[in-house]
Amino acid sequence: MNRIVSKRLLANDLCELEFEAPHIARGHKAGQFLVLQADHDWGERIPLTIADANESAGTVTVVFQAVGATTIKLARFNPGDCIPDVLGPLGNPSDVRKFGRVVLCGGGIGVAPIHPIAQAMRAAGNHVTSILAARTKDLVIFENRMRAASDEVIVCTDDGSYGRKGLVTAPLKEMCESATPPDRVIAIGPPVMMKFCAATTKPFGIPTIVSLNTIMIDGTGMCGGCRVMVGGKMKFVCVDGPDFDGHEVDWDNMMKRMRAFRPFEEEARRRVRDHECNIDKAARAIAAAKEDR
Amino acid sequence: MNAQVETLDAAARAELDALGDLGSLAPAVRSKIAQREMPSQDPKTRVSNMDEVALGYTEAMARLEAQRCLQCPTKPCTAGCPVAIDIPRFIKAVACGDDAGAVATIKESSLLPSICGRVCPQERQCMKGCTVGKIARDPAKAVAIGRLERYVADLERERGEESVPAVAPPTGKRVAVVGSGPASLAFAADVRRAGHEVVVFEALHKCGGVLSYGIPEFRLPKAIVEHEVESLRRMGVEIRTDFVVGRSRSLSDLLSEDGFDAAFVGSGAGLPRFAGIPGENLVGVFSANEYLTRSNLMKAYAEGRADTPFYHARRVAVLGGGNVAMDAARTALRLGAEAVHLVYRRTEAEMPARAEEVAHAKEEGVVFRTLSAPTRVVGDENDVVTGLETVRCELGEPDASGRRSPVPVPGSEEVLPVDCVIVAIGNSSNPLVPLTTPEIRTDSKGRIVVDANHETTMRNVFAGGDIVLGAATVILAMGEGRAAARACNARLAGAL
Repeated sequence: MNRIVSKRLLANDLCELEFEAPHIARGHKAGQFLVLQADHDWGERIPLTIADANESAGTVTVVFQAVGATTIKLARFNPGDCIPDVLGPLGNPSDVRKFGRVVLCGGGIGVAPIHPIAQAMRAAGNHVTSILAARTKDLVIFENRMRAASDEVIVCTDDGSYGRKGLVTAPLKEMCESATPPDRVIAIGPPVMMKFCAATTKPFGIPTIVSLNTIMIDGTGMCGGCRVMVGGKMKFVCVDGPDFDGHEVDWDNMMKRMRAFRPFEEEARRRVRDHECNIDKAARAIAAAKEDR
Repeated sequence: MNAQVETLDAAARAELDALGDLGSLAPAVRSKIAQREMPSQDPKTRVSNMDEVALGYTEAMARLEAQRCLQCPTKPCTAGCPVAIDIPRFIKAVACGDDAGAVATIKESSLLPSICGRVCPQERQCMKGCTVGKIARDPAKAVAIGRLERYVADLERERGEESVPAVAPPTGKRVAVVGSGPASLAFAADVRRAGHEVVVFEALHKCGGVLSYGIPEFRLPKAIVEHEVESLRRMGVEIRTDFVVGRSRSLSDLLSEDGFDAAFVGSGAGLPRFAGIPGENLVGVFSANEYLTRSNLMKAYAEGRADTPFYHARRVAVLGGGNVAMDAARTALRLGAEAVHLVYRRTEAEMPARAEEVAHAKEEGVVFRTLSAPTRVVGDENDVVTGLETVRCELGEPDASGRRSPVPVPGSEEVLPVDCVIVAIGNSSNPLVPLTTPEIRTDSKGRIVVDANHETTMRNVFAGGDIVLGAATVILAMGEGRAAARACNARLAGAL
């Protein structure tokens, strides 16, 4: 179960894993996510959006940044290893129909979950423009795949090392102001990026969908940890989402809630990283001992 | 042996000796024997560990307690038991030293005695009608039926004397079970006994449903839950964790494509309710489900070992007066809170929690703030909880539930300084299966509608437990699972 078939390092700590999960691959629709654990007994449950699914091979792909206890452990898995627990597909599929001109904004690793939506939107007859945004050139991911799935691709980097210099909101605003404004915008990325994408399109009244990835445990509606306020109403990301109207989300409250466990997370990260350092230390000691001989 | 256990055991032995020939005790003598106290961990010690609080009767205590039963021919205790266990018969067996016979009697009606002995609200069920309790004018002083049930069930498990229930020859029929809580476990066992192939689908990574994620270790050790699940496996029930019916596969897929002939939905009441007051989305407000799941299922209490974070709070307010509220309050104490306040709108008499849990919570130092309703959670500029505003209440006229409803006293608002609020005011039905299976009808509260055979509006799909009852008890859920299993077995045999 959940055997890893391929692993790619997309950038420094950006990792792509493809693993066997036949019933998730079969049932998956663009926009859905899964919950996984890197350790059956002591691991935490984290949600990750499904970046790709190959039904005939029975595999799914996730992309993540190795920054927390689980993602650091996950990045150490290799092809042939099995992920202890994977549950999915979860959440409602994205609303994919013919809208006309669709603009997809992907920030950082948010580009990965944008990919199946781009494919589905194009298959539904939309004109798809994708804006890929990253801090710097090395962190731009999925560029070729997104070019294949889109009619037009714009790349921007914060430092100008590749594509346009600046934030995703600059080209988005230009498109909103153009003679052919988007009929629908979808933004996936860090909360602050989604917040500003939604703020950019709001004056133009362009429907803007965001995919939220809040703290959750079970992913089936039981814990309520993932709750967000949308249009003044309490919603559960796992069963009511993950897609919501970006103009209605209470972003500031959501971002504060996502930081609730920050001190603990720092501690857990240190613990998991140190563990690796000790392994590295031991490996170096063994190598040195061999050289001495 | 714990010092308290030693003392209580010695007292029981002495009393037994003094009674002489137990076979010829007159009812008047029996009814003078005082109820045996349940030995438990010292409150000061137990608030800093997760170990079980109640330690269980010793043999002498069980034998003596069993002598208190008057063997009423009308069996009011059995009438009060949701699954109608023949209580006088099992207690007589305990009195005679036939512990195996006692367990066998219980298991004719109940499958999970070591669990029900611990979590049933006995004072409102079997003990309520007990003649001994009536004589004492207090159901709490009735024969301690649950403690005796636990004693014989634990003894059997600890001695490894349990036999795997006999399974009829294969019928070639397959039955899917959604969820692995008490209703599903009971259903699975009875359907498997009839020779059908049974597959249990559980969304979480561990089995047991609320027994695993909800009820804390200090009240129901997880080893007992695992043991019950293991018994099912030994009977040949297949258990698939990490599989959520409704998403991984729909119920219709299971029946039309995956070769299942029938199904049972026991997906429980797993959607936490919030109070609907301002500030419930502040940092530091948790549903009891989340708070307890982090500690119980994800083991966040084992800091430095578990990856799941736990929220460190010094002063905690728990909203509610049920067992879940008691569990959350007592968990908070064990995780280092200096003060835990239980905020409840009515009085202690109306609290739905088991009497023993209320007593344990008080012994451990939980502060009960009754006739107090939450009106607002107060936060700082970072949206972090700093307090809970409450209003004093008076009891008014009885409401639809028959309980006198609380009426707020205007102007009596005050702010309780806390850094964490846990909402334990109940759960709604889990919407996932009904949402993805339009053929299944639900009522206005999202509960699945079933007929007298526990069958849903979708043919060959049965349902039971909290998804049908709304939030109820372990024993009721188990009883429903068994009743549904009888109907399902009859259907598969062509007799329904």
